[in-house]
Amino acid sequence: MILELTALELSEKIRRGEIGVCEALEAVFRRIDEREDALHCYITLNRQQALWEAREVQKKVSSGKLTGPLAGVPIAVKDNLCTKGLRTTCGSRMLESFVPPYDATAVARLREAGAILIGKTNMDEFAMGNATESSAFGCTKNPWDEARSAGGSSGGSAAAVAARECFAALGTDTGGSVRQPASHCGVVGLKPTYGTVSRHGLIAYCSSMDQVGPVTKDVRDCAALLTCIAGLDERDATSVRREGVDYLAALSKGGEAALGLRIGIPREYFDEGADLEVLEAVRKAARRLKELGAVTEEFSLGLTEYVVPTYYTIACGEASSNLERYDGMKYGLRVQGEGLNDTYLRTRTQGFGEEVKRRLLLGAFVLSEGFYDAYYLKALKVRRKIRETLTEAFRSYDLILGPVAPTAAPLLGEAGKDPLKAWLADVYTVSANLTGMPAMSLPFGRTAKGLPVGVQLTAAPFQEERLLQAGLALSQE
Amino acid sequence: MGKTYETVIGLEVHVELATRTKIFCGCKTAFGARPNTLVCPVCLGMPGTLPVLNRKVAELAASVGLSLHCEVNRVTRFDRKNYFYPDNPQNYQISQLYLPICRDGRLTLSEGRTIRIHEIHAEEDAGKLMHEERSGETLVDYNRAGVPLIEIVTEPDFRSGEEVIAFLEQLKTTIEYLEASDCKLQEGSLRVDVNLSIKEQGSERLGVRTEMKNLNSFHAILRAIKVEGERQRRILEDGGSISLETRRWDDAKGESFPMRSKEEVRDYRYFPDPDLPAVHLSEAWIETLRSRLPEMRKEKKERFILEYGVPEYDAELLTGSIYLARLFERTVALGVPPKKVSNFLMGEGLRLLREKEMDAKDIKLTPEGFARLIAMNEEKRITNAVAKEVFEAAFDSGIDPEAYVAGRGLMTVRDEDLLRKTVEKVIAENEKSVRDYLGGKEKALSFLVGQTMKAMKGQAEPATVTALLKELLSV
Repeated sequence: MILELTALELSEKIRRGEIGVCEALEAVFRRIDEREDALHCYITLNRQQALWEAREVQKKVSSGKLTGPLAGVPIAVKDNLCTKGLRTTCGSRMLESFVPPYDATAVARLREAGAILIGKTNMDEFAMGNATESSAFGCTKNPWDEARSAGGSSGGSAAAVAARECFAALGTDTGGSVRQPASHCGVVGLKPTYGTVSRHGLIAYCSSMDQVGPVTKDVRDCAALLTCIAGLDERDATSVRREGVDYLAALSKGGEAALGLRIGIPREYFDEGADLEVLEAVRKAARRLKELGAVTEEFSLGLTEYVVPTYYTIACGEASSNLERYDGMKYGLRVQGEGLNDTYLRTRTQGFGEEVKRRLLLGAFVLSEGFYDAYYLKALKVRRKIRETLTEAFRSYDLILGPVAPTAAPLLGEAGKDPLKAWLADVYTVSANLTGMPAMSLPFGRTAKGLPVGVQLTAAPFQEERLLQAGLALSQE
Repeated sequence: MGKTYETVIGLEVHVELATRTKIFCGCKTAFGARPNTLVCPVCLGMPGTLPVLNRKVAELAASVGLSLHCEVNRVTRFDRKNYFYPDNPQNYQISQLYLPICRDGRLTLSEGRTIRIHEIHAEEDAGKLMHEERSGETLVDYNRAGVPLIEIVTEPDFRSGEEVIAFLEQLKTTIEYLEASDCKLQEGSLRVDVNLSIKEQGSERLGVRTEMKNLNSFHAILRAIKVEGERQRRILEDGGSISLETRRWDDAKGESFPMRSKEEVRDYRYFPDPDLPAVHLSEAWIETLRSRLPEMRKEKKERFILEYGVPEYDAELLTGSIYLARLFERTVALGVPPKKVSNFLMGEGLRLLREKEMDAKDIKLTPEGFARLIAMNEEKRITNAVAKEVFEAAFDSGIDPEAYVAGRGLMTVRDEDLLRKTVEKVIAENEKSVRDYLGGKEKALSFLVGQTMKAMKGQAEPATVTALLKELLSV
């Protein structure tokens, strides 16, 4: 069964001529036809173009011009990554008809590697949310239980990978948006160190925290995707040069990689009101790592009660500025009013949804004169403290283990009922964004109801290899 | 009664930096291109695009700072200034509030007073709005969006418009010497906002100030300062109070009008731009920059006096603009005697700049052309009169003097027959002057020489003409 193959297995079979690129693509589109009405993983499909590209890639693979591990693999991309000539909506009415004139760097690198871009996945509007329910184009349902949320904001990507509507996907993670839906959908999600993947072409929500990350079926696929998209990009001043990193090659060690690893488990994580089944998954993961030769230890991390308010203060502040460009003047939605200000007002009132407006208003407030010092500047200071605290922890531990989200996938509609509660659910994931550190969500067991639960591993900056090695060890039976 | 007031002025000077490309993208910075042809996704603020700092901007901004004796900050960074207006594609301008590139400088006026520089910060320019009268529509041209600017902010150290002009002239010269900008007020590459208040003579307390915008010439600045000072004085004398506001100068009407008051001041919600990491300027980098600063006006003037024997007065004027100084030096370097070059520039050159209201930057005459022109004149192939004509023609067109002379047949006429015939004709047509001359009036001869020169279109040697006239009139 083609669809059950991992991306790496598929590309190997394609290279060997056992499976054709078009054949794999058609299998994916058949699955999309079967499940998409129920799940709604995609906002836009790239059917015609994808078929044409598949034929081109097949020629290159057959002639030996393309030999990489992603050649011919059908991949989905979150709809906040610009794709040349293919509509990019960011899940918003504001950009419903926006067709970018260029590819995001991450997308361009996938194309160069011969991956086939099959469509743009659903997401919370402008990546603001953790349930893919603030999308202007309807919510994405969890493939394991259609009454439940796929998580968010990269819910479309995670659900598409889980439902085999693609072989792998790109998501973006500003406060857990790759890791949390990966956890809810039972797939692997990685947020790389800030600066690892270029943000060029990623439509900004919070510039100082946004990172593109892989959503995959397993850890090896995750490493392969990261190797492809990582690297310095002169069009992003915050991207970082790391010479000759091959994350896939780093996985050759196998299970032995966990031997001697020092794993810290923050004690506070057990007091944050997480479900017992979620905490049990963390304990089970700790036991497994111990069996593999790691040293595990509970410790007090500190400052955990400040991470959510700090995150939202900074993220909303930056967002309020980043989203100012959507004014109806140059591209996207324009609702003509009487005069300039009225046109601004109508365009932004009709173009943005409730959650986006909530964050933009909060953001404008924390940056405004007289409040900047008390909120935004203070949040920047706390952010530094949080970074110091985590840096200190990584002096004692190689990795930090914890939950991804307080619960398994919630029922649809929960997130909208109590926005504050929804925000507080980000407590385990936002630290990695505030500090720029890499973190990965790994499926680890199921709840009594059969829902997937993930655990999270966090590492010091640029320690993705270690994260992937431990993840691989943990995911092997 | 009879209170005397003193005017207190501070300036905000925007200077467009002469980089080849924009501050945060690779688009060209040329002036006068067709609208929206020098743009890309970055300077159009398209979703997903990111700014990347043009290193040349830091270099030029720091060079200007060093020339103005500023402290260059070791760490400088950019902030976002948020405001909704269609001239700015992102609806925020990337500028510097918290850590500007330079601080605490000074410029000493030639009459001796020192003006303190508060800071110099770098920022991006906005696009240009064009209001279509007929359709009532407003169009935007983003060619200028992202062109690098520095804003030089002075302390309120000026006491008169004359001081302001002296400062601006010296500043312009300095920046031109650094080749950091064209400094053209008309094209907007130099923009000056004037902050002005008045206070009672001797009082320590500053009055409420207004900010004057839309000042497009030194003349307008001078006039606006005078008019605004008087306006504020009248208000105070009538018992009123000045309101803190931004005013727009209307040069045609000779008065200013309020644009927006500071009560409705915009909250720009400044915060550090997360897309642009802080720029670390090392001591070594700054020192290298300092050591590479070009020769400035004062040094050049002294060298002109010593090296070329140019009189001090001439050296002062020749170095008033780097472009004039450069034309002088490069022409001299071709082997032309400095005195000849300087005579032309001091006489004809300065006259043409004044009469044509030209900027020395726009002189098109090349050193090579200039040298050939002087050579032709020296070799008597063209007369002084023709030389002046050619100089004028080549000055702002760059036309090759030799080609010009050849094309128009301006070579000095050596044809004795033609000259003799022309002189005979002049004698025949000017009986009265001939009689006067013969009657002893020497002046009449000059008139006859003039008439002959005119008939020869300046292409005869006056000495030859005079000799010929005397010969033909001698009885």
